[in-house]
Amino acid sequence: MQRFCEIITSRELAPDIFAITIEAGALGELAKPGQFLHIKCGDGVLLRRPISICDCRDGYLKLVFRVVGPGTQWLAEQKRGALDVLGPLGTGFSVEGRHILLVGGGIGVPPLLYAARAATGLTTAILGFSTADQVILTEQFRDVCKGVILTTDDGTAGEHCFATSPLEQKLQSGNYDAILACGPNPMLKAVAELADRYNVPCQVSMEERMACGVGACLGCTVTMTDGRNLRACHEGPVFNAKEVQWNG
Amino acid sequence: MADLRVNFAGVEFENPIVTASGTYGFGREYGEYLDLNDIGGICVKGLTLAPRQGNKNPRIVETAAGMLNSVGLQNPGVDAFIETELPWLRQFRTKVIANVCGNTVEDYVQMTEKLVAAGVDILEINISCPNVKEGGLAFGVSCDGAESVTKAVKRVSGSIPVMVKLSPNVTDIVSIAKTARDAGADALSLINTLLGMRINYETMRPMLANNMGGLSGPAVLPVAIRMVYQVAANVDLPILGMGGVSTGMDVAEMMIAGADLVALGTACFVDPLAPVTAKYELDTYLDRKKISRVTDLTGRVELNK
Ligand SMILES: Cc1cc2nc3c(=O)[nH]c(=O)nc-3n(C[C@H](O)[C@H](O)[C@H](O)COP(=O)(O)OP(=O)(O)OC[C@H]3O[C@@H](n4cnc5c(N)ncnc54)[C@H](O)[C@@H]3O)c2cc1C
Ligand SMILES: Cc1cc2nc3c(=O)[nH]c(=O)nc-3n(C[C@H](O)[C@H](O)[C@H](O)COP(=O)(O)O)c2cc1C
Ligand code: FES
Repeated sequence: MQRFCEIITSRELAPDIFAITIEAGALGELAKPGQFLHIKCGDGVLLRRPISICDCRDGYLKLVFRVVGPGTQWLAEQKRGALDVLGPLGTGFSVEGRHILLVGGGIGVPPLLYAARAATGLTTAILGFSTADQVILTEQFRDVCKGVILTTDDGTAGEHCFATSPLEQKLQSGNYDAILACGPNPMLKAVAELADRYNVPCQVSMEERMACGVGACLGCTVTMTDGRNLRACHEGPVFNAKEVQWNG
Repeated sequence: MADLRVNFAGVEFENPIVTASGTYGFGREYGEYLDLNDIGGICVKGLTLAPRQGNKNPRIVETAAGMLNSVGLQNPGVDAFIETELPWLRQFRTKVIANVCGNTVEDYVQMTEKLVAAGVDILEINISCPNVKEGGLAFGVSCDGAESVTKAVKRVSGSIPVMVKLSPNVTDIVSIAKTARDAGADALSLINTLLGMRINYETMRPMLANNMGGLSGPAVLPVAIRMVYQVAANVDLPILGMGGVSTGMDVAEMMIAGADLVALGTACFVDPLAPVTAKYELDTYLDRKKISRVTDLTGRVELNK
């Protein structure tokens, strides 16, 4: 649906990373983890910008985003007023399972928070960032997850490794029903390979350039192993990692 | 309230607002955002004889006041359209315009036969898709191509009006338009996207996987207005005008240039309600100008001396 959502708070979590809380209205009842909102970012840019739902509760929706260009810059400057959003859009995570592993990289971390909150069983989150000052949301994850493992690429916070190292250790030692992952493509690919090796079902959230966000333009497709091109905004953004053609 | 009805090549449209092919899916995708009955007609996604998976991604690049796309006619094929999408669309009063694209003249003929049997309101013959190597545009940039496709389709189209969609990627659009008319076209639609390209200066590679793509959106409006004007002034066929139209004022402008119907494309991505908003804006404009019938707008432009 289309809705004009009042901005409640907006603040900078880390350099260039912002969190906006908006009043959810009817979107709140519909929003599922892994879904996204398609946001009109002022008159300076034409197309809407897709941003994942980071959290949803008590009638509020939270979005966390990194400023990378004019659209996200505009969004970061909005401190009050209403955002013109379409959503909740796309097919999100399935959060069933006794014990789920969440693997997030950088700005892919936020949508996993809502997945952790919605999960029916236990969750362990492995959150990877480039460096200490980019670390976000770890407290919120600690509130809802059984365990949280922090990694940084340069070792300035948490373990000095990529998120995939603790993932492999967990998969070797523990018993997990599912892996949910969101982050840069190379990370997702590595997670998918590990999931395959240890035979754990894995869902990945993919980013593609979008125009309509509602399945009409076919601009956002992701190629599957069987050759089908599925829409990240409709059949995705969350896909079964086994079905994704990783070497497109 | 002005009379918004338009008789277009014998088909009664409740209003002149249409959605452009490839930008509105099969209507279904926007069904939850508005009442499709409010739109005069829907040009469905370009259909091909066999299903197509389209081009590699990235398929989209945003540009100043526009976008490039190289979707490459991903569609489920004409049979799947007839089986699942058409019956769904038929529950609405909105007119169904089937956009077809082929690799060969025979493809166009076979698709036309199927769609005529299934029953659509208008056939839009796409000879102007810039995003597939094999065809489409190959027919649209030469008079011979436009002539052979139009003639062949007309032979099997029965009572269903044939509208030929023209490419702006030609030096003389009027001569192609005349050729289509002489070959029997009942109407024309224009413009398709303008062939464009963007290059990432860091990686020195094109931004689209397909290297080039079609430009659409507000940036192309002036080109579209000019081409609709030129074609309308020289060819006596009904015209579905499009290219960069976002508002009711743009619709009015396109009609004044010579269009009978006007399609919104890229504008729908920005605002799903754009077609309905444009309709209300057009209506308000007509009232203000004391024009009682929307058809009185068509071709009203008077050139400066
Ligand atoms: C389903 C989905 C969920 C997303 N969730 C988040 C999120 O929660 N937080 C966050 O910070 N970012 C998220 N992104 C990425 C975000 O949409 C882009 O960073 C944003 O569109 C950039 O716009 P811009 O104008 O600031 O940058 P520009 O680079 O100037 O954008 C130019 C064009 O490219 C597109 N684009 C640029 N980067 C991306 C990208 N990574 N993915 C898709 N399109 C892109 C833009 O939408 C725009 O059309 C998500 C993307 C998708 C597809
Ligand atoms: C994503 C996208 C897909 C398109 N697909 C088709 C198509 O399948 N067939 C066709 O005839 N035109 C297609 N077009 C062209 C549009 O119908 C229209 O002619 C063009 O976009 C100009 O209008 P606009 O500026 O309002 O978008 C497509 C345009 C876009 C943006
Ligand atoms: S963004 Fe248009 S189909 Fe996904």
